[in-house]
Amino acid sequence: MINITIDNKPLQVEKGITILKAARAAGVEIPTLCYYELDGIILENRPGGCRICVVEVEGRRNLAPACATEVMEGMKINTHSLRVVNARRTVLEMILSDHPADCLICPKSGNCELQDLAQRLGVREIPYQGEQSTYRKDTSRAIIRDIDKCVMCRRCETVCNVWQTVGALSAVNRGFEAVVAPAFEQDLEKSPCTYCGQCIMACPVGALSEVDNTRQVITAISNPKKTVIVQTAPAVRVALGEEFGYEPGTIVTGKMAAALRKIGFDYVFDTDFAADLTIMEEGTELLTRISKFMAGDKNVKLPILTSCCPGWVNFFETNYPDMLDVPSTAKSPQQMFGAVAKNYWADKLGIKREDMVVVSIMPCVAKKFECSRDEFKENGNPDVDFALTTRELAELIRQFNIDFESLEEADFDKPLGESTGAAVIFGATGGVIEAATRTAYEIFTKKSLPKIDFEELRGLEGVRKATVDFDGTPIHIGIAHGLANARKLLDEVRTGKSNFHAIEVMACPGGCIGGAGQPFHHGDFSIIEKRFAAIYREDAGKAIRKSHENPFITALYKDWLVEPCGEISHHLLHTHYFDKSKHIEVEG
Amino acid sequence: MAKVKLAESKINKIKEICANFGNLPGEAINVLHKVQGEFGYLPAEVQEVVAHELNVSVAHIYGIVTFYSFFTMLPKGEHPISVCTGTACYVRGAEKVLDEFKRELKIAVGETTADGKFSISCLRCVGACGLAPVVLIGEKVYGRVTPDGVKDILNEYRNA
Ligand code: SF4
Ligand code: SF4
Ligand code: SF4
Ligand code: FES
Ligand code: FES
Repeated sequence: MINITIDNKPLQVEKGITILKAARAAGVEIPTLCYYELDGIILENRPGGCRICVVEVEGRRNLAPACATEVMEGMKINTHSLRVVNARRTVLEMILSDHPADCLICPKSGNCELQDLAQRLGVREIPYQGEQSTYRKDTSRAIIRDIDKCVMCRRCETVCNVWQTVGALSAVNRGFEAVVAPAFEQDLEKSPCTYCGQCIMACPVGALSEVDNTRQVITAISNPKKTVIVQTAPAVRVALGEEFGYEPGTIVTGKMAAALRKIGFDYVFDTDFAADLTIMEEGTELLTRISKFMAGDKNVKLPILTSCCPGWVNFFETNYPDMLDVPSTAKSPQQMFGAVAKNYWADKLGIKREDMVVVSIMPCVAKKFECSRDEFKENGNPDVDFALTTRELAELIRQFNIDFESLEEADFDKPLGESTGAAVIFGATGGVIEAATRTAYEIFTKKSLPKIDFEELRGLEGVRKATVDFDGTPIHIGIAHGLANARKLLDEVRTGKSNFHAIEVMACPGGCIGGAGQPFHHGDFSIIEKRFAAIYREDAGKAIRKSHENPFITALYKDWLVEPCGEISHHLLHTHYFDKSKHIEVEG
Repeated sequence: MAKVKLAESKINKIKEICANFGNLPGEAINVLHKVQGEFGYLPAEVQEVVAHELNVSVAHIYGIVTFYSFFTMLPKGEHPISVCTGTACYVRGAEKVLDEFKRELKIAVGETTADGKFSISCLRCVGACGLAPVVLIGEKVYGRVTPDGVKDILNEYRNA
């Protein structure tokens, strides 16, 4: 420990930490812009470039960036001296002089760190009038890059490279021409981007945002000829409340269902129902592979990899094209729901699939890309028409002037709205594999689980490994969140060093609860931890906690699907993968 | 699945250069320097191979290529024109000479004419200040060049 003073307050702090961290620990807020940290997953962007965080260190001639300067014994730091306040404002005015002032219609407005800074530092006019850099807007199926708004903090680049090891983005060019862009400044659709959207989550400004589909959804609801169905992913219910002032980790399932009904959806269903269905299909696939393996079949592919995260699916199609037969062929819950809705439910209602619009509310940006994939369409009509993020739903609720707080809690509609605790935990890292384990155990051992909670599969460490005892048969399970962590497990599979039976992968920090469509957390990892805890609380409170015990799932098999991985399932609930890598070939 | 096509000999040459630098990501600048020395420029396909060999993203390699002005993604012309813009040449009107080349060839600095014959680049002092302003075409040195003389110089190569 060393002694320093911050704003005349004597403090004892750990050696080697930055002034910024020392100040934050002491409750002194130093503004930042380029600095970004998610401490729960040990991710840090610290280029020390924007200089918004400058402070005065007694005895030093120049102001020091607090985010990049380590504390030293006896240091006397002033975080808001006259000199600092002036310098900080000048720095900000310079940044603003090359920034479009169209906050009125910016997707980040209200959540923008630059806007906050301008307010906090009291900027009312921009004295520097310079040339503004302009760059073409790049619109992909899920993400919009509006680089005119970029402040070159490089937070996106760090997330994409370090947490995801995707490397879609890099700072390119120099000086005034510098931008963050994919290789050869091509569009994102031509890059290895997975559409995980974590760069949007990290971006302090509106330079990166998700494609907004709220208009189209309102149009569909307004059309009396359309039956509009909505499904909500598990992670949404533990985060949506944040948009309306609730503590992170508040469960708002009932209010969410009520709000959706008020907005005018004809049926309010639950992706959780489809998550239970996913477990039936994927669990069966897992058991089939294990039984074949135990019977001595050397061709069987183990471990099975989960396939419900579209960011992850995009990643392995680009990076592991040699292993396309390893992941489960089960569609994601979003797409299973869409397939059931447009085939089974449309049939029950006696309407054509073209007259049904399926909307999903997702914590996810990659889901927008997923529902646009050609293999999830029939004659051009998609199984899921629009995927909205949690944030877009909040926007709709505000647009319809719904007072969220005073809403009476409501239930989902039946039959596609009934689900179990196993489905809820899909929202957290480790949850899909725990749900699968609950079901696979009982089918495999023909015994009832002694204990439903598999604590060994839970947690927020990047890579987790556990062995579950299937009544004498040890089943080895691997779990990763973040594609960098997934890569570690995948490389072991590729080289044959892996002894896992099953691996679960989620692209986002903490799983979907930390998805890029969720309310912005601005680097506060404790928010993700609280959502994580809420997911398991919601599970514990459910009457039924195993997917195969969902009576509506059993009924669906009886009424329509016949059996898991059967004929109909094969056509409608399973998919296949494509080689999306770039091959370097010899010219010929 | 997208394909990147390149002649085998080129791929092998790039691989060899990368290997000489231990395939280390930290050596990217040196590798690119050598590769450019070999091919004269760094087209996209070449950058893809370098990225693959050094196990870094293509975006990262492109970031380096666009950051340092000595890297170029365009092939040099058959007759590369280098105008010295060092102090002595500058004072003696190199800028005007440069403008005349750009006007005559209708290309900017760093570009190559559509027929691939000429490209223009700028150089720092080439050590012939006594002859300022100085222009190099390939290896050949032209001294005391005036804007009016540009056309004549180009004509030496135009019909060659
Ligand atoms: S969406 Fe994900 S993969 Fe794509 S650029 Fe952003 S961080 Fe990288
Ligand atoms: S796009 Fe956003 S996160 Fe990326 S460098 Fe620009 S401002 Fe920063
Ligand atoms: S972890 Fe969840 S939110 Fe993130 S990309 Fe995957 S499915 Fe989407
Ligand atoms: S926040 Fe410290 S330099 Fe940008
Ligand atoms: S400045 Fe041109 S040769 Fe020296």
